[in-house]
Amino acid sequence: MNDEQTSTHIPEAPATMSPAAAPEELVLKVRNLSVDFPTSDGVVHAVRGVSYDLAPGEVLGIVGESGSGKSVASMALIGLLPGTARISGSAKFRGEELIGAKDKRIRSIRGQRIAMIFQDPMTAMNPVHQVGKQLAEAVRAHHDVSWGAAHKRAVEMLDLVGIPQAKSRAKSYPHEFSGGMRQRAMIAMAIINNPDVIIADEPTTALDVTVQAQILETLLQVKDEVDAAIIMITHDLGVIAGMVDRVNVMYAGRTVESGDAFQVFDRPRMPYTAGLLGSVPSASKDTTLLTPIPGSPPSLVHMPEGCPFSPRCPLVQQVCIDTEPGLASTDEVEHFSACHRWEELVDDPEPRLLFRRKQVAT
Amino acid sequence: MSEINTSIAQEPDPVVEPDPRLVVPEREFTVKARSQGELIRRRFFQHKLAVISMIILGLVILLAFVGAALWKYSYSTPMPLTNRGRPTLDLIPWLDGDGLGLGNHPFGQDQIGRDYFALTMRGAQRSLIIAFVAGLLATVIGTIVGALAGFYRGWVDNVLMRFVDVALTIPLLLVAAVLGRRTQSLPILKDVFGANSIYLLALTIGLASWLSISRVVRGEFLSLREKEYVEAARALGTPNSRIIRRHLLPNAAGSIIVNATLLVSAAILIETALSYLGLGVRGSDWSLGKQVSEYQQAFKTRPWLFWYPGIFIIIIALTINFIGDGLRDAFDPKQTRVRQ
Amino acid sequence: MTDAELRPANAMPPSDKALIVVRDLVKEFPIRGGGLIKRTVGHVHAVSGVSFEIRAGETLGLVGESGSGKTTTARAVLQLQRPTSGSVVFEGRELTTLDDRQLRDVRRDMQIVFQDPYASLNPKMPINDIIAEGLKVHGLWDKSGPDKVAGLLREVGLRPEHSNRYPHEFSGGQRQRIGVARALALEPKFMVLDEPVSALDVSVQAGVLNTLSELQERLNIAYLFVAHDLSVVRHISDRVAVMYLGKLMEVATSADLYTRPMHPYTQALLSAVPIPDPTLERQRERIVLHGDVPSPINPPSGCRFRTRCPKAEEVCATTEPPLAELEPDHFVACHFPEVVEVGLAEDVPVSVSR
Repeated sequence: MNDEQTSTHIPEAPATMSPAAAPEELVLKVRNLSVDFPTSDGVVHAVRGVSYDLAPGEVLGIVGESGSGKSVASMALIGLLPGTARISGSAKFRGEELIGAKDKRIRSIRGQRIAMIFQDPMTAMNPVHQVGKQLAEAVRAHHDVSWGAAHKRAVEMLDLVGIPQAKSRAKSYPHEFSGGMRQRAMIAMAIINNPDVIIADEPTTALDVTVQAQILETLLQVKDEVDAAIIMITHDLGVIAGMVDRVNVMYAGRTVESGDAFQVFDRPRMPYTAGLLGSVPSASKDTTLLTPIPGSPPSLVHMPEGCPFSPRCPLVQQVCIDTEPGLASTDEVEHFSACHRWEELVDDPEPRLLFRRKQVAT
Repeated sequence: MSEINTSIAQEPDPVVEPDPRLVVPEREFTVKARSQGELIRRRFFQHKLAVISMIILGLVILLAFVGAALWKYSYSTPMPLTNRGRPTLDLIPWLDGDGLGLGNHPFGQDQIGRDYFALTMRGAQRSLIIAFVAGLLATVIGTIVGALAGFYRGWVDNVLMRFVDVALTIPLLLVAAVLGRRTQSLPILKDVFGANSIYLLALTIGLASWLSISRVVRGEFLSLREKEYVEAARALGTPNSRIIRRHLLPNAAGSIIVNATLLVSAAILIETALSYLGLGVRGSDWSLGKQVSEYQQAFKTRPWLFWYPGIFIIIIALTINFIGDGLRDAFDPKQTRVRQ
Repeated sequence: MTDAELRPANAMPPSDKALIVVRDLVKEFPIRGGGLIKRTVGHVHAVSGVSFEIRAGETLGLVGESGSGKTTTARAVLQLQRPTSGSVVFEGRELTTLDDRQLRDVRRDMQIVFQDPYASLNPKMPINDIIAEGLKVHGLWDKSGPDKVAGLLREVGLRPEHSNRYPHEFSGGQRQRIGVARALALEPKFMVLDEPVSALDVSVQAGVLNTLSELQERLNIAYLFVAHDLSVVRHISDRVAVMYLGKLMEVATSADLYTRPMHPYTQALLSAVPIPDPTLERQRERIVLHGDVPSPINPPSGCRFRTRCPKAEEVCATTEPPLAELEPDHFVACHFPEVVEVGLAEDVPVSVSR
């Protein structure tokens, strides 16, 4: 079942990657996306061959820690990376190639067909303009309508995202909104042009947990209203568990596991995922022992030859050090993993304890 | 590390040591360890203009102090005019056909025959001394005042800053003029400063310039004192003097150094202006500004008497400025880190 | 719950074993208005009467969202911010009346680890100096000093060979450990941990939390663990106190709070925390709070939580509920407390049922 990949080439996703929908219906088709940043210390390989598909209305979670490349990969899609970035690979939005497209085209897609929500709404909004006005501007940037019509739509959207007294609040300035409301306003700005894809980059990390719950609920509601797919980028496994259809786990610039939420959480096929799940504290579990993943992520400048997780992996073997595994099918349908030893995890009743068990054994 | 026992699970929880075969040194230390100082130096040397300026300034200083001492002529001896006092510096070998040459008087001679190269170098020496002394004085005073105001805030800040505000309204020219007159009238001062009036001038300029740097340092201290590592030091029980010395000053050093270089550069120009107006270097002492002032009439007949000191003033001011730019970039680099 | 059974927490006699006793702690920040002469136009009521105790070697978790006042409370206990009123008794000594010089001696026994591993270390000092500073300040630095520093580094899981490096050369998790080593240098009996892991990656958090637990066991240090992350708090705390808008809502043992919360705010908090398990997470019933947190400049009358509370009635606006011991060692400040069973995970589906 394993496709053997060589380490000299960036591994391609196998042909069975696409979900049941026919390729033309896919909203996003990303293949071998790579991003390099030249720096004074050498070239940083922030993203190294990421591939995935996004079906209409699907919620895809991309989870990873710092250095995994999750944010960079998504920003590359809509041209938000600095000029020094070297992007290669392909990202097709409804069949249209985004990588290398003209700035003008990217700008027209961005904000209209593909919208983005950032972690810090304060920096994304202009403090000197009223919120309603900014929303209306977003409409007029992409459609030829009057200010009145645009403003009307702005108020509609503010109402949709649950901002009370939307009509009068539209006249407020961003700093007059609380953190939660600002994020709602960001969501309103994102959906105002009926996008096909909403990319949410850590949208609730800076918010209190009660507000976070509200915002995530709002996001799911509006997604259905507007018929958009969502790419949810976060490091919070709890958020992923509650929201997504499919999840991609990223490590050191690549996707190392991909599957639907239940598959990946209950039956991970990659030791990093298992380790991550085992190290997360949970308010619902009465365990007092957490198992950290020892070591640190590798340098993205001097990448080792084989699997980048090998120095920290309890299942490591010589093949792991020699050859970087490609993202390949496992025993479950549509569940992929970049690991030579994924079979060791099958039939493991408690994969989250993997790291602890291996400690005791050695 | 030792084992822990919890009441829930009687399970030892040793820290995992990764398989020694596969240990990769921790990421942080695979890149060569660099202290902050090295990083700063590295960034500075990437700023080409600053490095070139540093070299040029170095040459000028060398020339002014060492070169002039080794030069065959002194700056004060009048000599018979050769070549009507024109500079004998020959940088265009082909046209004249007699090769690159310095000649006897590369910068020419003034009306009474003094070697102009020696004179200019003497001027450069004195001007450089003024600039650096003034800069140093201003920096020290400004840093002390700014540090106190920024750290203690409250009434200390109020008093000091109101004083600075008032002092800023007093024109420099007035101060220089008054001080200059004072020295003429008081014999003791005349003795001390007469032949070395450059030090009086340096004092004047220094006393006038510290005001701007005190504001900068105050601003730095105001923001630095809120930093978490300062709070951490307080939590350890660190006394204020140590906090200022070991935590605030080192972190404000970058800003202070940059501003100090700008002060020095400004001092040269202020000195030139003051000397030109007759309020600067007096008596028998000499400086580039005085030189320009002395020979301004000769502009039409002997232009080199005007140009050479002028060129050196410009070179010194510009190079110090560019070095300051380089230092500013070195201490406070722009965002180049990758967002991940 | 009859009135006779209610015993306000601050009437409780302090137990002999308590290391720290905090009573009616208040911290208000004046807001100065504009104009030529700056008048005080209002106050931020950051902490409005908080009382608790911590025994030697135990961990009290202090949770709350933004604006709850938990960070200010922690700072006020250590006298890094001087309280507006109230008392903090450490080992029998009243701290609020000590002057700076006297406080300096006490500081040897109480230390703090900060949230931001990047800002809490002086970038211009090598880490051996950072760790040694406490010793030097208190005149405890001698020939054995460098060995002590090396020992501390080993205690927190770092290698002493790297002690002459600078903070920027270390990762976030390592910097946090350096911060812990710095706090430990003076061998304190009490440490405030101010969100020590929130800035770290998830897989690194676990390591730092384990280290903290282990140090507590071995050195018998009491912790005040301030956090907004309920999951993290559960793993390290013996008892937990929940704060909202400057007041304590509920204080109980860790086990009780997470399985039998009584205050509607605690229940809402617990139901909002995402669980990394899709089956459980999607089956839950969420208690969604409406509205935003009111401003601490103008907190609601009576019970401060009433503006967002699903159970609020008139009495909540007129009378502030006292923090009362409704069950042994379980204190709640509510007029309508109700035990809600939160099932344990593993194979049992979790739901917050009503």
